[in-house]
Amino acid sequence: MQSRRFLKLAAVLGLALGVAASHPSIAQTVGDAPVRGGILNVNIPTEPVGLNSGINTTMFIGEVASKIQEGLIAFDADLQPVPSLATQWEVSPDGLTVSFDLRKGVKWHDGKDFTAADVAYTLKEVWQKLHPFGRSAFGNVTKVETPNSHRIILTLSAPAPYLLNYINAYGAPVLPRHLYEGTDVVNNPYNQKPVGTGPFVFKEWVKGSHIRLERNPDYWKAGQPFLDGIIVKFIPDVSARVVALQSGEVDVVVGNALPVTSLRQFEDKSRYTINLIDGNYLATIAFAQFNVRSAPLNDKRVRQAFAHAVDRNALLKVVYLGYGKIATGPVPSSVTKYYTPDTRQYAFDPKRAAQLLDEAGYKAGANGKRFRLRLIHDGAAGSPLSTRTAEFIKQALAKVGVDVELQAPDFATMLRHVFTDQDYDILVSSMHRLPDPTLGVQRIFWTQNIRKGVPWTNGSGYSNPHLDAIMEQAAKEPDEQRRKAQIREWQQIVQEDVPLLELVEPVWITVSSARFKKLALQADGLFSSYADAWLEPRK
Amino acid sequence: MTRNRIPAVARFLRRRIWQVVPVVFGIALLNFLILQLAPGDVVDVLAGEAGAATPEYMAQLRASFGLDRPLPVQLAYYLKNTAMLDLGFSFRQNMPVLQLILERLPATLLLMIAAMGCAVVSGVVLGVISARFVHRAADRAVSVFVLVTYALPTFWLGLMAIVLFSARLGWLPSSGMTDIGADLGGFEYLWDVARHTVLPALSLATFYLAVYTKLVRTAMLEYFGADFIRTARAKGATETRITLFHALRNALLPLMTMLGLQLGSILSGAVLVESVFSWPGLGRLAFESILARDFNLLLGILLFSSVMVTILNIFVDVVYAVLDPRIEL
Repeated sequence: MQSRRFLKLAAVLGLALGVAASHPSIAQTVGDAPVRGGILNVNIPTEPVGLNSGINTTMFIGEVASKIQEGLIAFDADLQPVPSLATQWEVSPDGLTVSFDLRKGVKWHDGKDFTAADVAYTLKEVWQKLHPFGRSAFGNVTKVETPNSHRIILTLSAPAPYLLNYINAYGAPVLPRHLYEGTDVVNNPYNQKPVGTGPFVFKEWVKGSHIRLERNPDYWKAGQPFLDGIIVKFIPDVSARVVALQSGEVDVVVGNALPVTSLRQFEDKSRYTINLIDGNYLATIAFAQFNVRSAPLNDKRVRQAFAHAVDRNALLKVVYLGYGKIATGPVPSSVTKYYTPDTRQYAFDPKRAAQLLDEAGYKAGANGKRFRLRLIHDGAAGSPLSTRTAEFIKQALAKVGVDVELQAPDFATMLRHVFTDQDYDILVSSMHRLPDPTLGVQRIFWTQNIRKGVPWTNGSGYSNPHLDAIMEQAAKEPDEQRRKAQIREWQQIVQEDVPLLELVEPVWITVSSARFKKLALQADGLFSSYADAWLEPRK
Repeated sequence: MTRNRIPAVARFLRRRIWQVVPVVFGIALLNFLILQLAPGDVVDVLAGEAGAATPEYMAQLRASFGLDRPLPVQLAYYLKNTAMLDLGFSFRQNMPVLQLILERLPATLLLMIAAMGCAVVSGVVLGVISARFVHRAADRAVSVFVLVTYALPTFWLGLMAIVLFSARLGWLPSSGMTDIGADLGGFEYLWDVARHTVLPALSLATFYLAVYTKLVRTAMLEYFGADFIRTARAKGATETRITLFHALRNALLPLMTMLGLQLGSILSGAVLVESVFSWPGLGRLAFESILARDFNLLLGILLFSSVMVTILNIFVDVVYAVLDPRIEL
């Protein structure tokens, strides 16, 4: 018993040391002997509001819609683009023209042919106008040409090197033009009963209960999908999800729907698989964001002191139970092309923290206290780890004489406090950095993105014209080497100024029955089409 | 006597239904005003969940949802629509509010009736046993049992029931209202729904059970000492007859009062049980619409349930009169 506990502890520590990405159970999901038939029961944490990722990038929509709708490309396990609706693509040397050859013989679920006109329509009317990230991703596209029914050529005003890093079924799903053209896209009824080209056809949606998808018999990939259908079940209660997986009522639980504290119950590899790479595409980092508009957080030394005061190794071990990695900067390590650890790092050092606070003029008073701050977090808004992270930070800062008052309002109230009223000191939350820093990271630090009333913009109020220039240059730099150098400098500046204290790169955890198999893993596995998924027969 | 009671009931209903109109209208007005106090709106939440937005897009959404109009104008529109029985449109769910409510209503009613029925029947039985064997072992056992069930939080009890009956024993399903993949018809479908209803209904019933048991017990004990019971004993009625026909019938009146009050709260009280058992009911819909600031939907649910509660209360008043002929309508 004792030795077993020790082994478990060792396993957790092993994860903490950064071997999470190569966890052995990943290999378990991949199989090579597909079995046809069967219904897969999938659990996602929250019922989506619609099924069109083209107008709303909420993850829960993408987790379902990606089975029905497809993008031009998908991503493999290393975030490299692989063909989907586009069979090949080409970027001109000056970066100003991008062309795609589209797959032939693809049919929409209602029997109509899929053509370049669908892509052109979706790009111009949906991705560019309505998609939350598409407006920046496709912002440079000035002309869309379709020389024939299966080729599309984009002309750009400036290079958009990030384009191919984003446009999968979640980032840019292609919609059927014949059902959307001339309608109010946001209120189109097909957002609720989508028609796509994907391996599964939408069948029914019983609100509050489930969504049912059926095999697409005419799917373009011969022999796929293997499954007869998918039932997506919404189980709002965390503990009920644990039981549902244990009792076999669901086969797969995606998107961190199970708390890390429950994962011990799914360690038995003969029965369950824990997959840790499905969300690498999102490149999420949990952070503590400082409102730099007013004292004392307008002083860089105070923010640096806080970075020294928080022991992120302990945070990863105690709160995340090792499921993640220490974040070293604004670009997560999974974005291998642009990530650099060569930035200013803040080792856990309370003495140095106290010294920096003294230097900034915030000496401890007679009672040992320096000042008091409010910390708002999204723990009550569906991120239980934020609650514990906030508590951890409160304790850490108390040790250097800073009093922290915790606030945990609901989601809408939190957004108002932080982004509209700007009435907060520290925000603990997490944000997707996406596979390209221009799309996912620039928005956090860019002066032009300080936008009152708009969620997930530059909420810290941080403004650095020198950094702005670098980020704007990197956004249109066609030369890959120069772009890498620009993004490296960007990371160094941010780590020096710490408008955000980057805490942990959490992993997105998919827990499934060991019977659930796929031909290949994907870094955007949360938004996998499941065309290549199957259920092994019960033993 | 029975013959001339019917017009009395009709007269009563006519009078009360006219009273419902201003009450419901007042509720609608209050609901609207109170909800304005919550920070943030549905567009904040939509943009927040999407992970990114622009001010132009948010303004465009607010304009298309009518949220850019001044508050008095919004209120006027809302009251006008309410008067025309139009519950409006949920922009978040992209569906008419009435359709959303009606889709969820059967599940809520099933859970509510099953739980209430179970609580009332077992409450009466346990109450009668307690009163009949007052201060003896049976009374004490009942007392301990109902207090324990009352004290346990329903969601915890529900979870433990899931762990025991679904995960360990595998007897009953843990979530949902039907076995979704199964495509059952006729009797098998009803049996499937019944199996799914057992755990949530019993969990929800425990909360109400204690109150009903105690009410019946107290009322019965009071009547056991009353003159008309002594008279019944004197004329030689058996103890069983006295308990069931003389004391219990009277003891049902306070029970009806409590039931009438709680029928309203059971809509909101079911949120936790619905969440634990993934039950597709109205409570969860209401809860989610609060978090999403989907106020069209929330106002619709509130209005709908206030109408239901008012009507149920009228019904309870009629039942009073049936149970106790002394009560004039």
